[in-house]
Amino acid sequence: MAASTIMKKTGAALVAPVGWLAALIDPPLRALQKATGLNGMAAFFLAPNMAIFGIFVLFPLVINFAYSMTGGSALFLSGRTYVGAEQYERLLTCENYLDKRSCVEDLFWNAAGNTALFVLFQVALMTVVAMITALILNRELRARGFWRAVFFFPVLLSPVVVGLIWRWILQRQGLLNYLLHQFGIDQVLWLTDRFWAFAAAIMVSVWAHMGFYALILLAGLQAIPKDLYEAAEMDGTRPARVFWRITLPLLMPNLIVVIVLALIRAVQIFDEVYVLTGGGPGTSTMFLTQYIYEIGFAQLIRNPGLAAAASILMGAVLVVLTLLQLAASRRNQNAGAAK
Amino acid sequence: MSRVAEFLLRRRGGASWHWTDIFTWAWLIGGVIMMFGPAIWLVGSSFKSPAALAEFPPTILPYVTAEAMVEGHDKPLPLYRVTGEDGETRVLAQLRRVGIVAQMIDPQAPGEIVKVNIAERTPVREISFATENYTEPFLHFDFLLYLRNSVFVTLMATLITLVTNSMAAFALSKYQFRGRSFVMLLILATLMVPLSVILVPLYSIISAMGLFNSLWGVILPTVATPTGVFLLRQYMLTIPDELIDAARMDRASEWQIYWRIVLPLTAPALAVLAIFSVVWRWNDFLWPLIVLSRKELYTLQVGLNTYAGELNVQWHYILAMTVVTMLPVVLVFVFLQRFITTGIAGTGLK
Repeated sequence: MAASTIMKKTGAALVAPVGWLAALIDPPLRALQKATGLNGMAAFFLAPNMAIFGIFVLFPLVINFAYSMTGGSALFLSGRTYVGAEQYERLLTCENYLDKRSCVEDLFWNAAGNTALFVLFQVALMTVVAMITALILNRELRARGFWRAVFFFPVLLSPVVVGLIWRWILQRQGLLNYLLHQFGIDQVLWLTDRFWAFAAAIMVSVWAHMGFYALILLAGLQAIPKDLYEAAEMDGTRPARVFWRITLPLLMPNLIVVIVLALIRAVQIFDEVYVLTGGGPGTSTMFLTQYIYEIGFAQLIRNPGLAAAASILMGAVLVVLTLLQLAASRRNQNAGAAK
Repeated sequence: MSRVAEFLLRRRGGASWHWTDIFTWAWLIGGVIMMFGPAIWLVGSSFKSPAALAEFPPTILPYVTAEAMVEGHDKPLPLYRVTGEDGETRVLAQLRRVGIVAQMIDPQAPGEIVKVNIAERTPVREISFATENYTEPFLHFDFLLYLRNSVFVTLMATLITLVTNSMAAFALSKYQFRGRSFVMLLILATLMVPLSVILVPLYSIISAMGLFNSLWGVILPTVATPTGVFLLRQYMLTIPDELIDAARMDRASEWQIYWRIVLPLTAPALAVLAIFSVVWRWNDFLWPLIVLSRKELYTLQVGLNTYAGELNVQWHYILAMTVVTMLPVVLVFVFLQRFITTGIAGTGLK
C-alpha cells in the first residue's frame, strides 16, 4: 500500500510541469482541430509514435534487404556496391553440408548449428520446468503470491547481471564446484569445457526466463473450470488420467504460446550467454545474434552486407515461427468459439 | 520433538501426506534456493576483500584475518591464536614466516620474539564488510557516469514511451478512420521484428542522423513499443465513448479530452507500462553496446560488461557494481511485482 502512495506522489510531481505544458499547447491544437477535423486529430495523435516507428523499425526493415545485396565495408548504402545474391551464396555454400568446416562461411554454420541445438534443448527443458512449476503453483497453497513471485524474480534481472552472477558461481573455484567438492565430486570446468559451457548456457537461460513462461501457463491453468476436476474426482478418475485428459488439452492454447514464444526468444539468444562465456571456449557457445554482431560491428574490418544477409535468414526463421503461432492461436480461437 | 513435527506437519481436514505434497514442497523450497540463492551469494561476495574472494573453500560472510598495529612496525600485522605448551591460548602477531616456523610477537609486549610451528597457530578471523568495493568504482572509475547515463536513458525513454504510445493508443481506440485496422496490424506485425534482425540498417540510420555515440541514439529506437500501444489500446477500449461525447458537447478540444479525461482513466495501464519500460530500458544491453563506443557514454550494463571482459577481472569491484546494477530491479520486484505478474498473466506480453 505504501508503495502505491509513493508512486502516486512521484507520479503527481512528474505530471505537474507536464500539465501546464499540455495546457500551453491546447490553443494551437484547437486551431488544428478546426482546420482538419477529427480525422486530422487522429493523424496528429498517431504521428509521433508512427514517425519513430517508421524511421527506426519499418525503414530499417526495408533497407535491410538492400544491405544484404551489397558488398564492401562502407556503412552508408550510397558507398556500397551491388553484388546481388553473393552474400547469401557465401553464407549458404558448403562442399559437404554435414561438415561445417567445408563451408565457405564456417563461422556462420557453426553459429547456426549451435543455435539449433540450443533451441532444441533449451525450449524442451524450459517447457517441462515451467509446466511443473505452474502445476505446483496451481495447487492449493498458502501464500501462493509469494511462491509465484519467487520463480518470477530472475525474469526481471538484466542479462548482464544474470551472466555475471553465474560466471561468478560457475568459475573454477566458484560456489558450485565447492558444493560438488562437498559431495566428493571433482571440480568441473563449467565455462572452459566445450560441453559444459554449452550446458551452462542452456541452464542459465532457463533459470533466467522460466518464471515468465510458468506465469503464462499458470494463468491458463487457473482458467480451467473447477467443476471439471470435481466431476473427475467424483468418477474416481486417477490423477494421471485427469492430467492427460483434462488439464493438458485445456491448457493447449497457453502451452503453444509458451513454446512458440520460447522458440522465438531462443533463436535470438545473445546477451546473457555473451556475458557468461563470450561465445567460448573457442566458438562453442557462439549463436546467430553474436555472429551478426561480430561480423557487422565487433571485428576490425566490418562486413555490414554479410551481417544483414545473416540477419535476414534469422528473421525468416522468426517469421515462420510467428506465423505458426498465429495459425495455432486462430485454430484455438475457432475451437473456443465452437464450444 | 515429535510433537513439534506433528504440529508442523498437521494438515487441514486431517488429511495425510501424499507423495505429491512432498514433491510440491521440495520443488518450492528448492525454487527459493535456486532463484534467490545466486543473487544472495552475489551480494555476500560483493562485500569481500580480494583476498577473501580468492579463498577456497568460500564463506558466505566476508571474513578477513584480523590485523593489529604493533609498536615499532609500520604496517599492521596479522593476528594468530597460538596454543602454547602450557595449554594456554594467546593472540600473537606474526612478523614473518621462515619455512614451517613463524616468528611472532605479543602485541602487548613487542620486545620478545616467539617462534611457533605454523601448524600450531590459527588466524584470528573477524567479519569485515569491504565497503570500498562500492565506493572506489564510483570515485576512481567511471561508474558514477555510467549510473547517470543509465538513469537518463531509462527515465527519458519511459517518458517518451508513455506519451507517444498513449497518444497512438488514443487514436486507435477512440477514432473511426480509414486504415485504422491496417495501422494496428502494422504495429502488431513488428512484434515479429526484433532488434537483432535490423541491427545493421538501424545502425546506419542512427549514424546518418548524427546519433552515433549519443544517448538519444540509444533512446529513440526503443520508444515506439508495439507492446505499449497494444496494452494501452486494450485498456482505452473499455472507457465508454459516452464520456467523450459528453465532453465534446461541453466544447472540450480533442487534446483536452485526451489529456484531461482519457489519460487519467488509463492510469492503471500506464503504471504497468511505466514499470515494464523502466525494467526494459534499464536492462537493455545489445543496442547500447553498438551505439555507444565512447567510455563516458556507457550505460551501467555496457560499462559492467567492459570491466568484466578485461583480462584481469577485478571481481571485487565487478560484484559490487553488479549489485548496484541489480538494485533498481530488485526494488521494482519487491514493491511492484504484483503489477507485472498480473500484467503478464493478462496480456501474455513481455
